Amino acid sequence: MSALECIDAGFQVGTKALLSGMTARLLPGRVYAILGPNGAGKSTLLSLLSGQRRPTHGEVRLDGLPLERHAPAALALRRAVMPQESSVAFDFNALEIVTLGRLPHRTAPEADEAGIVDSAMALTDVAALAPRILNTLSGGEKARVHLARAMAQLWHPRPGGDTRWLLLDEPTAALDVAHQHATMALVRQKAAQGVGVVAVLHDLNLALRYADEVIVLGQGRAMVQGPTAKVLSPALVSEVWRTPCELVAGRDGAPQYLFGGLQPSAT
Amino acid sequence: MSATAASIGMTRRLAPRTVLGAGATLLLLAFVLGASSGAYAISTAQLWGVLRDAWQGVVEPSPEHLVFMNIRLPRLMLGIAAGCGLGMAGAVMQGLFRNPLADPGLIGISSGAALAAGVTIVLGAWLWPVLPRTLGSWTLVSMAFGGGFLVTLLIYVLSRSESGTRMALMLLAGIAINALAGAGLGLLSVMATDEQLRSLQFWLLGSLGGARWSAVALVGVVVLLACAASLTLAAPLNAIALGESQAALLGVDVERTKRRAIVVTAFAVGAVTATTGIIGFIGLIAPHWVRMIAGPDHRIVLPASGLLGAALVLAADTVARTILAPAELPLGVLTAFIGVPMFLLMLRHYRHRI
Repeated sequence: MSALECIDAGFQVGTKALLSGMTARLLPGRVYAILGPNGAGKSTLLSLLSGQRRPTHGEVRLDGLPLERHAPAALALRRAVMPQESSVAFDFNALEIVTLGRLPHRTAPEADEAGIVDSAMALTDVAALAPRILNTLSGGEKARVHLARAMAQLWHPRPGGDTRWLLLDEPTAALDVAHQHATMALVRQKAAQGVGVVAVLHDLNLALRYADEVIVLGQGRAMVQGPTAKVLSPALVSEVWRTPCELVAGRDGAPQYLFGGLQPSAT
Repeated sequence: MSATAASIGMTRRLAPRTVLGAGATLLLLAFVLGASSGAYAISTAQLWGVLRDAWQGVVEPSPEHLVFMNIRLPRLMLGIAAGCGLGMAGAVMQGLFRNPLADPGLIGISSGAALAAGVTIVLGAWLWPVLPRTLGSWTLVSMAFGGGFLVTLLIYVLSRSESGTRMALMLLAGIAINALAGAGLGLLSVMATDEQLRSLQFWLLGSLGGARWSAVALVGVVVLLACAASLTLAAPLNAIALGESQAALLGVDVERTKRRAIVVTAFAVGAVTATTGIIGFIGLIAPHWVRMIAGPDHRIVLPASGLLGAALVLAADTVARTILAPAELPLGVLTAFIGVPMFLLMLRHYRHRI
């Protein structure tokens, strides 16, 4: 079965290990959240999974083959990355930026390339921003434009049945609360279509509500990984983030955390 | 409406076909203007007659025929090739450096090419006596290419950072290289014979005055090939605007694109500089104006910058040879007088990003 795997993967700069001993097997059709305090190695792990960086130890494999052995052009047809922040040179407008998501498909275009771009922009609520210059948009608006670009890149299932992967680096960091939930609901929907979704998140409550599984990192190592509800216990959260917290149930039954000011329930 | 389109960052862009049509029209106008004005004025009707005769292969020994075919036409063709090459090369450099202030003249590519050409003129017979015999008139072009190539690489290595090239570093490196080339050409001028001195000066100031059919053919072929090759860079350069790592994630072979962009620029600028000397600012102004009316998509910016560059050089050269007639103002001097204020305006516009 198709999978994105880390096998004892690590990344080291000089003598400093940003990430080490990472072993994980990610499956398509599921939403994974990478969690952890600042500097825990979350973005490093994401960049190893996307192939932007090659592991200095171990391996990252897609469908059993090391990532660097996949042709970049073939990979671009099935894997999209939404960057945390991205400065764009020149006055490209939002429509042109989203259209760049279709660049990998230019040798075998779909019948309705422009329609794909429009639909992707409608999905992330940026259709009205189409003629605006990207560099004049707010942080949250830019993030949604880049998300639309990633959506456009992965629009259709691959004809050969290759699985698609959507990697997101803090997709919700700059968004207002409504767009945070809309974005996570959108990637859940993408996962339901068979896309493997991996997102670096800071908001534990978003992870609780939308992630099937979480990978919790601390100081460059995987502390724990597994099904969200099982792994994200108050004991773990207060230990890893060093913040008192309390687990409460929302009216819809979804567990949510309240942070700060309380005594850690574990003690 | 209180807010204008520009104030909220809206884009209003002309269609690609309109932009290319406008560029071609401007070039045609500049061509006709350049063909008819000069020490021997040729009226539009006479020009039409000469063109028709030339088309039908009729050789008529009329003065306007001789002036046009032997003096003006080669100069106009050289101007088109030079302007086209410089405009396109400027657009490619700016796309690669992700930076609207990269101009082959400003960042030293032209002076690198000129210095290499100067060394070949003054010291060539002594340094590498075999080359001219084997490469002929290609010697100068290949040396100028080599000089431009080295400078482009150097600037790229010096000014690169994770988030693209640092504008300030790029411009400072350009200052250093221009100063070095100026000093080098100065040193050469001390060692040069009178005749060599005149050609050195020609290199520093830039002129289309050296237009002969053989040189025109050489530059024309190189520029044409470079422009054709540059069009394959349009889509990758659009992706590189997102940053090199994002472009790689879109399947673009960033390293190959860089190599091609540097080779294309060095060839075009090298060939042009070897025949015309340093003509500055065309590669800065043409892409800038094109982006203002057509947007930053390289599929339109690259060809339109070539067209506009050619029109600008023809128009500037016509002014250069008529404004002080019978004396001739060096073309490079004129483009600097027009280009520097433009550059300062652009600096002001981009002041927060330097």
